[in-house]
Amino acid sequence: MNEFIAQLFFLLIVGIATYLLAKRIKSIRKNILLGRPIDRHDRKPERWRTMLLVAFGQKKMFKRMIPAVLHLLIYIGFIVINLEVLEFILDGLFGTHRLFAPFLGDFYTFLINIFEFLAVGVIVSCVMFLWRRNVLKIRRFQAQELTTWPKLDANIILITEIVLMLAILTMNASDQILQDRPEADYTNTGRLIFSAVLIPLLDGLNTSTLIVVERFAWWFHIIGIFAFAIYITYSKHLHIFMAFPNTYYSKLEPQGKMENMPAIANEVQIMLGKQPEEANASAEEIGRFGAKDVNDLAWTDLMGAYACTECGRCTAECPANQTGKKLSPRKIMMDTRDRVEEVGIQLEKGEQGKDDGKTLLDHYITRGEINACTTCQACVEACPVNINPLSIILQLRRYVAMEEAQSPASWNAMFSNIENNFAPWKFSPADRFRWADELSNEVESKKEKL
Amino acid sequence: MNETEKIQIPTMADMAARGEMPEILFWVGCAGSYDDRYKRVTKAFVKILNKVGIKFAVLGTEESCTGDPARRAGNEFLFQMQAATNIETLNGYNVKKIVTACPHCFNTLKNEYPELGGNYTVVHHSSFLQQLINEGKIGIEGGGAFKGKKITYHDSCYLGRANNIYEAPREVLAALDADLVEMKRCRTKGFCCGAGGAQMFKDAEPGKKEVNMDRTEEALSTGAKTIAVACPFCMTMMNDGVKHKEKEKEVQVKDLAELIAEHERL
Repeated sequence: MNEFIAQLFFLLIVGIATYLLAKRIKSIRKNILLGRPIDRHDRKPERWRTMLLVAFGQKKMFKRMIPAVLHLLIYIGFIVINLEVLEFILDGLFGTHRLFAPFLGDFYTFLINIFEFLAVGVIVSCVMFLWRRNVLKIRRFQAQELTTWPKLDANIILITEIVLMLAILTMNASDQILQDRPEADYTNTGRLIFSAVLIPLLDGLNTSTLIVVERFAWWFHIIGIFAFAIYITYSKHLHIFMAFPNTYYSKLEPQGKMENMPAIANEVQIMLGKQPEEANASAEEIGRFGAKDVNDLAWTDLMGAYACTECGRCTAECPANQTGKKLSPRKIMMDTRDRVEEVGIQLEKGEQGKDDGKTLLDHYITRGEINACTTCQACVEACPVNINPLSIILQLRRYVAMEEAQSPASWNAMFSNIENNFAPWKFSPADRFRWADELSNEVESKKEKL
Repeated sequence: MNETEKIQIPTMADMAARGEMPEILFWVGCAGSYDDRYKRVTKAFVKILNKVGIKFAVLGTEESCTGDPARRAGNEFLFQMQAATNIETLNGYNVKKIVTACPHCFNTLKNEYPELGGNYTVVHHSSFLQQLINEGKIGIEGGGAFKGKKITYHDSCYLGRANNIYEAPREVLAALDADLVEMKRCRTKGFCCGAGGAQMFKDAEPGKKEVNMDRTEEALSTGAKTIAVACPFCMTMMNDGVKHKEKEKEVQVKDLAELIAEHERL
């Protein structure tokens, strides 16, 4: 009967977690699709390869060795230890205990030892990451945008992972002691090397207390995992999932190529009295030139915002940021996520949503920030999951230049130079070829000297 | 180029009038046409073209800004106008292959004109010079003015990260027999000179330091007496940095084409 209640309770927990997670995934998907359409369904083999190399293979992480190795340990730990969650769930649903142990025998012992090794690896890495953030105060974790919630979020993630791993080790340690006590009737798992270290701390306890400890650790771990899974969707830690679609849909053209605006290209063709190549992109379809708010950005930009884990490799490489300008590519992504979440919540409440008087430009990202960008693509190159902060910056600039004509005065001067003199400087077009005469004269006079 | 021959700088219009087609169009760019310092790069490159005897032409006064700075500053409309005009000119002459010394022009012509109807083989002069070296047309003589001298190379963002050209400029420098010393931030980690994205045409936003000073300090710290560049904007920014540090007497900022022309005693 007792078992039955536990099973029912477990089923309820799984149900609630699944419901909350599904609801949250749905709203994130909806938020991302607030962005304007952009086709990224071409070149599929290349996309799969990019995802396998960059997300699955963590290729770009290895530009910085120490965090790469520590991160790899957590990553492998996450993937492999989650195999054990399968046994947890089956045990929970069927009221069994270590369902796989009798079937797998020695291999089970081997597997659990691997999991324990990785659990220790995760703990070590997380402790070192906490150390780097809070004691060493590594520069890229000390930026202005990384105070309050983002800072707390990072620490919560690391501490949760440590606690979850400690729960597994405690569970395994108490389980091993109980296996040696005939009255407890625990399934034999073989010797588990890492959790065995904890045995001296626990074997003074009587059997019934030990069972409570073991059961508590089991429930703590599995409920903890469900709670963490839901937490992740509100956190920067969402990168563990979003890294995959984000790399799959990443830009495959040369980084220097800017997104074309066919509507304007057509407009210009018509102005020049030519037949536009694509007659279907008529002027009515164009909502806005460039981006003022999140719904003007491409959906891939919004997906990037959800894929960002705020590591700050972009900002650490940004020449504007490194010389003290306001621009931080990481902040561009964080602002975009904050704004799209805000719009999403309002839309769900049935409120005006994006017409709340606020916009991404000005209320989140200032003009000083976007004007500081040199478009050097260091941020794009640095991102371990192929996020493109530059794409957002350039779309905001397009809005400022074309919808508002509010670009910095010297840029407006440059525009009129190009328009009138066909060069960004104020030189006469007639002088464009003067260098040739100069060169001919120089060569001639050199000959005369000889 | 024979000592008695005049230097040849044919325009596309001349060639078309004679019913001839050049092998390459040399796209000079605005800096290469107007900027006093960068005109020397244009001239050096034309001397090289004359020396190797390749059939080339320039657009002369028919050339116009590619629209790159307008596009990066957000003015897509102006960019599209420039692109349409240039593509009409280039297609009118049936241009097939373009070589340019400006990475910004290179990026625009190569990556952004095709979808607007301008399809050309576009080569940056660093790759072009590398090819000439590989073919044994230049840089075959050992020794020369730069033998054993320390040179550092500053990666242009629009060559490097934008278009993955990291080795060609370095191979050109290797032909000089020079001692190439790398800055810590090089290749994919190359630090911008500060001029890209239309920054060339406005003052920097408020900050603690100018981007070009940061980069110049790094370049100077290598101990190299020559800072090699492959972009007109990088040239201006690094030159300004060196002058600001009052090092212009000892340290020179030179484009790859100038270095090759000097090596070839052109």
